[in-house]
Amino acid sequence: MGLKAMLRRPFFWIIALVIAAFAVTPLIGDNVELRESLVLAAVYITLASNLNLMLGYAGYINFGSIVFFGLGGYICVWLVNSYGWSLALSLLAAGAGVSVLSFVFGLGILRLRGPFFALSTIGIVEGVQAFVENFTPWGGSSGIYISPAVFAPLGGPARALWVIYFLFVAVMGLSLYLSYAIKTSKSGLGLLAIGQNEDAAAILGVPTPRYKAFAYSASAFLPAVAGGLYFFKSAFIQPSDAFDLTLSTEAIVICMLGGQGTVTGVAVGAYLYEELRGYLLTSETFSHFQLVVSGVLLLLIVLFFPSGLMGFVYSRFPRLQKVLE
Amino acid sequence: MLGIIASLIDGVLVGLVYGLAAMGLTLIWGVMDVINLTHGTMIVAGMFALYLLTTALGVPPYLALPPALVGGFLVGVLLYWVAVHRMIGRPPLMSLLSTFAVNLVLIGIGTGVWGTALFNVAVSLPGVSIGRYTFPGAHILAAALAAVIAALLYLFLHKTRLGKALRAVANNREAAELVGIPTTRLLAIAVGCGVALAGVSGMLIGTLFPFTVLSGDGYQLKGFIVTVLGGFGNPIGALMGGIALGLLEGAVTPFVPVSWTLVIEFALFVLVLIAFPGGIFASRRGAL
Repeated sequence: MGLKAMLRRPFFWIIALVIAAFAVTPLIGDNVELRESLVLAAVYITLASNLNLMLGYAGYINFGSIVFFGLGGYICVWLVNSYGWSLALSLLAAGAGVSVLSFVFGLGILRLRGPFFALSTIGIVEGVQAFVENFTPWGGSSGIYISPAVFAPLGGPARALWVIYFLFVAVMGLSLYLSYAIKTSKSGLGLLAIGQNEDAAAILGVPTPRYKAFAYSASAFLPAVAGGLYFFKSAFIQPSDAFDLTLSTEAIVICMLGGQGTVTGVAVGAYLYEELRGYLLTSETFSHFQLVVSGVLLLLIVLFFPSGLMGFVYSRFPRLQKVLE
Repeated sequence: MLGIIASLIDGVLVGLVYGLAAMGLTLIWGVMDVINLTHGTMIVAGMFALYLLTTALGVPPYLALPPALVGGFLVGVLLYWVAVHRMIGRPPLMSLLSTFAVNLVLIGIGTGVWGTALFNVAVSLPGVSIGRYTFPGAHILAAALAAVIAALLYLFLHKTRLGKALRAVANNREAAELVGIPTTRLLAIAVGCGVALAGVSGMLIGTLFPFTVLSGDGYQLKGFIVTVLGGFGNPIGALMGGIALGLLEGAVTPFVPVSWTLVIEFALFVLVLIAFPGGIFASRRGAL
């Protein structure tokens, strides 16, 4: 679908409205607390929508999407800290670097089908984390600290946080548009065909290895940029934070909660999950058992509602399927 | 030179235990095409069973073996009914997600209760010395026990009625059902056996190395590598794969820092998967 045709679709404008809402609401009354919770929602939406390209469209589970986030964070922090690159350049370099890496890796591991691919993604997390822990230019297991001086070009720490927030929102918006654009494109159709029956798709002439590698590497770019922003913001990165499996686990829960393969569902799922998580963290009993709650939630969805929230919405209001992708 | 040989022998000893750990994984895989992502956590459960029995109740370490076996079996049957039963016949990704979800719950409870502190069970057994090198007694006994349990599993699968029925289900579930085998019950038993093996191997590994609640991930990854080396759904291949992995670790340790072993093993895992999709030691699919 060309850009012109897209502009005529209501869904294009729904995404635009969501982005605008994210950008404007915390500005009202300079609400820093709201901004910080929206940062997390934006990160969730970014990670989950990009994971959805593989999980929802092509039917390939990537248990290690956190690698994109963590590596992106490392490349960005390293370039800013050791070479004095500007934030914008470092972010682009992080995204491009991780995309290229995952394309190369993807050509290899995407030859593996279904569950074997999933297993190798678990291995990638372990392997990359072990590599980074031993890689001295990145500080090994003690990580990299950024000096506060790097916030100066952005107008000091307080203003920098706002700049970073808007960048987060931009990355989130781009993720939603990317999901939407791929879903309505020819390659998206090919990916959905792979998800339905890979052999049949290959026989009908879908270049399956190329599409899968493309989707895998496309799903790496924006999470890497988000990781760069995230660790630039916290001014510190270490392997156990960068490759914390909690985040990629949560992305899977969000995809399944909202409805795999849908753009709207994943965004709504991310927002709902963020709200739930906020509640759990403030609740005394649940704060230690966040993983347990994610696990029970995921198990219930997989056992009883495998098509997620949007599956329910579509079955109740079939006409919405035409509007909400 | 002697050092390398000693390191290789120790590698084989530890590799036998890895092989035992992978047998549980590959048994479930072979019988019902389900990859049990709780496997690593079940190994850790075996370690903690050992820790609790030895420290709280003062049980000698190796007497923790029968409770780990029986407890593992019961947990496995429970796991089947909670997470696996509804996934039979659904796309393989769904059973990956359901066992992954159960794993999250277990890890969450484990870290909530024990944190991520390091635990250690001291086992004092006289070692065997050859020249300047001493092989720890715990390694030798663990390897011997692993070999005995593997042999028992082989006998169970090939000589008993239940084991033969299990192999029949692995081979062709519909046909097994037609000749009157209660397949559902057997699937539950298979998961029970798989988890029991994980628990026992965890208990044995616990006598060798210190562990945390999160150690399971590394052992699970080793389990996958061993499974890939030995062929999917092939418990005896798993034992050989375990020995191969142990040999590799033994060959690598004298030259490379320990923290790099996992990177090397993972690279091997992907390469083997791509080059030999059926496993190196696999004679044919469904060798169970």
